[in-house]
Amino acid sequence: MKRSSPLAVPGGESGLAVADENSPPLGKMGQARLLHWATRALKAILPPIAAVALALLVSAALLAFNGFPATDVFTIMVTGVFHDVRSTSEVLLKATPLILIGVGLCVAFRCSIWNIGAEGQLYAGAIAATAVGVSFAGLPAWLHIALILAAGAAAGAFWAAIAGLLRIFFNASEIVTTIMLNYIAIILTDFLVTGPLKDPAASYPQSAKFLRDLWLLRFLPPTRLHIGILIAVALAVAAYVFLFRSSAGYAVRVVGINPHAARYAGINVPKNILLAIAISGAMAGLAGAVEIDGVTFRLYQDISPGYGFEAIAVALLANNNPLGAIFSGILFAALRSGSELMQINAQVPQVLVFVIQGLVILSVVGFAAFKRQTARPAE
Amino acid sequence: MADQPFLRMENIHKRFGNVVASAGATIDVRQGEIYALLGENGAGKSVLMNILCGVLTPNSGEIVFRGAPLRLGSPSEAIRHRIGMVHQHFMLVPNLTVVENYLLGKESPFAVLTGLKEAAARIRALSDHYGLDVRPEAYIRDLSVGERQRVEILKVLFHGIDLLVLDEPTAVLTPQETNRLLDLLRVLVADGKTVIFISHKLDEVMRVSDRVSVMRDGKVVFTTDTKSTNPRELARMMVGRDVLMDLPTKAATPGRTVLAVENLHCNNDIGLPAVRGVSFEVRAGEIVGVAGVSGNGQSELALALAGLIPATEGAIKLNGENIRGLSPGEIGRRAMAHIPEDRHKLAIVLPLPLTENVILQRYNQAPFAKGGLLAPEAIARHTRDLLQRFKVKAGGVDSPIQTLSGGNQQKLVVARELARRPDFLLISQLTRGIDIGAMEFVMQEILKQRELGKAILLISTELEELFALSDRILVIYEGRIVGEMPPDRNRLDEIGLLMAGNAPAGGAVRPPLDEARL
Repeated sequence: MKRSSPLAVPGGESGLAVADENSPPLGKMGQARLLHWATRALKAILPPIAAVALALLVSAALLAFNGFPATDVFTIMVTGVFHDVRSTSEVLLKATPLILIGVGLCVAFRCSIWNIGAEGQLYAGAIAATAVGVSFAGLPAWLHIALILAAGAAAGAFWAAIAGLLRIFFNASEIVTTIMLNYIAIILTDFLVTGPLKDPAASYPQSAKFLRDLWLLRFLPPTRLHIGILIAVALAVAAYVFLFRSSAGYAVRVVGINPHAARYAGINVPKNILLAIAISGAMAGLAGAVEIDGVTFRLYQDISPGYGFEAIAVALLANNNPLGAIFSGILFAALRSGSELMQINAQVPQVLVFVIQGLVILSVVGFAAFKRQTARPAE
Repeated sequence: MADQPFLRMENIHKRFGNVVASAGATIDVRQGEIYALLGENGAGKSVLMNILCGVLTPNSGEIVFRGAPLRLGSPSEAIRHRIGMVHQHFMLVPNLTVVENYLLGKESPFAVLTGLKEAAARIRALSDHYGLDVRPEAYIRDLSVGERQRVEILKVLFHGIDLLVLDEPTAVLTPQETNRLLDLLRVLVADGKTVIFISHKLDEVMRVSDRVSVMRDGKVVFTTDTKSTNPRELARMMVGRDVLMDLPTKAATPGRTVLAVENLHCNNDIGLPAVRGVSFEVRAGEIVGVAGVSGNGQSELALALAGLIPATEGAIKLNGENIRGLSPGEIGRRAMAHIPEDRHKLAIVLPLPLTENVILQRYNQAPFAKGGLLAPEAIARHTRDLLQRFKVKAGGVDSPIQTLSGGNQQKLVVARELARRPDFLLISQLTRGIDIGAMEFVMQEILKQRELGKAILLISTELEELFALSDRILVIYEGRIVGEMPPDRNRLDEIGLLMAGNAPAGGAVRPPLDEARL
């Protein structure tokens, strides 16, 4: 039942999962254990770093070929993006939804569920969060915020679960159904902000604005950075523990690598497929809620500049490791911020930046395939 | 000719990552002989021959063929040097005809369009000459395993070879088909070909080869004229010590009925009936063997008993409870352990470490899980314990199971299943892909389980395995049990006839597969 996918997700190995299980016990051997762990960690992060480096090298050539001095462009990008607290905080703000969604996709991809519908699940979450946010006046703010986030996650999970159930009961490819559900969610948003959820006082198609009490806490004023980034990092750690340290996560991974063996072992394959896709949907829905309650404070068309799609690359670059998704999420957010700077300060067309992003993904996938080729001994 | 051998492979080294597959193997092959390469699985026989035939490139070493150094980059280059190989896994496209398969990869891409008639005529001529019964216009998908093998052999002959390499050719054949193959090898040699024959079956090597080399741990440890050796000596060379050719067995003392199968029916993966009304019992303290040529429903029987495919009719009673329709997990928790025939597909998760393979069924049970989290210490301890008790050769408990040899993977699977303390043990192809040392070890463990009063069903296409272990042997043919025999080697012919669909006395149950089709 090997399913083909346009996304060659790198290896099913557990990465850092068992890094220290067989190391010498603590005490005198602590140093050896640390060394062992460090070697494993280095081995895990070296390929993605090499992939990014290769992609940047090719990009430099591409920039030079188009008449842009590559080193200058990269300098403008890096110094601009991490120029001061404000610009760095903007990167982290963009990284928040990417990390949230990317972490969820790590879980789905580890289960070999190719959820391409995070964008739609984000919109579903944003819709639900908005509906809750503009209702229930008078609730204590902390409870209302919790409800907003929970509603977003639940709606995203539900939206993804539709594709999961279609896969389980009709063997419908989730690649196709999740893409279709993207359109439905996005167009539903268009309808809602021009109709039922439209702010009667506004002339634009947008919902009413959330009360200031309900906004997610900004912990680094005067920047816009809100606690969403902390939630994202905490959930990344939680997802890592789930995938690699818990029984339930083990079942998800076994189903992803070898569903036949999972069945043989008595693992409920459909249940785990549904669980994995619902988790990824919940994370995307939460990202939608966090965007609404932390950045836009209201729903309107095109609230996401394609976070749901970019997060696929975030998960890929992280080798489907949720901890890695924190860093790859920041990297892609920086590329995104950098693209604006490249345009403004170096006059590089934005499409070139998309090319660079594409090159990163391509070389990540290439490295993973190379690793598989060389790692497998012949029978 | 004595000073200039036909083929010499000298000091061949081949590594896959950390695994050394060939550690300086050296062989000489003389023109016009049947040369047997004997060894346990993982000894490096297949790797050495894949190097000879251009499938693999050695890290170092020299090959001299007909007095000239040979450096091959691909199997087609090997064919140009008139060296051909029949692989263990057939390299045929099922939905093409024989002649279309033969023309694949020929120099001209138009050969399939223009050369069909001529090629078919040549195939027919060759087939007649060697008595192979190969019809050029037959589709591969319609052919039995034995027929496919003849198609493979004829394919290399068709391409014109002087040196034929056969990798474990008898693994999939009935005793009768094996005889036929061994006769064919004699004819080929009489025709001036040279044959290298990889095997781990001592009796075949003794019967058919002129000279034999034994490989162990990637090296050739022993070479001799077959006439001047005996099976016991060869077996000793293979494992480096004496092997018990016959396991000491006491007569079984069967107890209560543990498994009762009544009129079981089930379909294969394309929906055709595979098991057609099978009934039998397995009692505590006995080993019941199921013999049959592969493809006669025994695989489906095992899968249905384990709940992995649905039974369409009948009952499966385990300890008196009908388990038909239960999920594999529910059946597993009812004291059934299953060692499946397709290890890579069902029994293990290749990229995961040994630890995570050992807990496959018990990943959420104490002591391997506590409060929903895996307990790495307990898992590692249990894994180390199994590795030690079953003498599994492995790098470490956290190395991926795909880095283990097939024999060591199987030992770990057997260890894991026995550790679950089942009442009923369902075993398919216990010794498939396992070397003699591991085979003996695993067989002893299974016999110990019998002494412990377990009920054991042993499904196998290896008659030797069934003779060595079973208390009685059921023969399956086209989804039906066509006879029951005692595990008596002297009645091999009777079992062989049953396996081929012939009743031992009286008329045929059904015409044998080959004759029915050709």
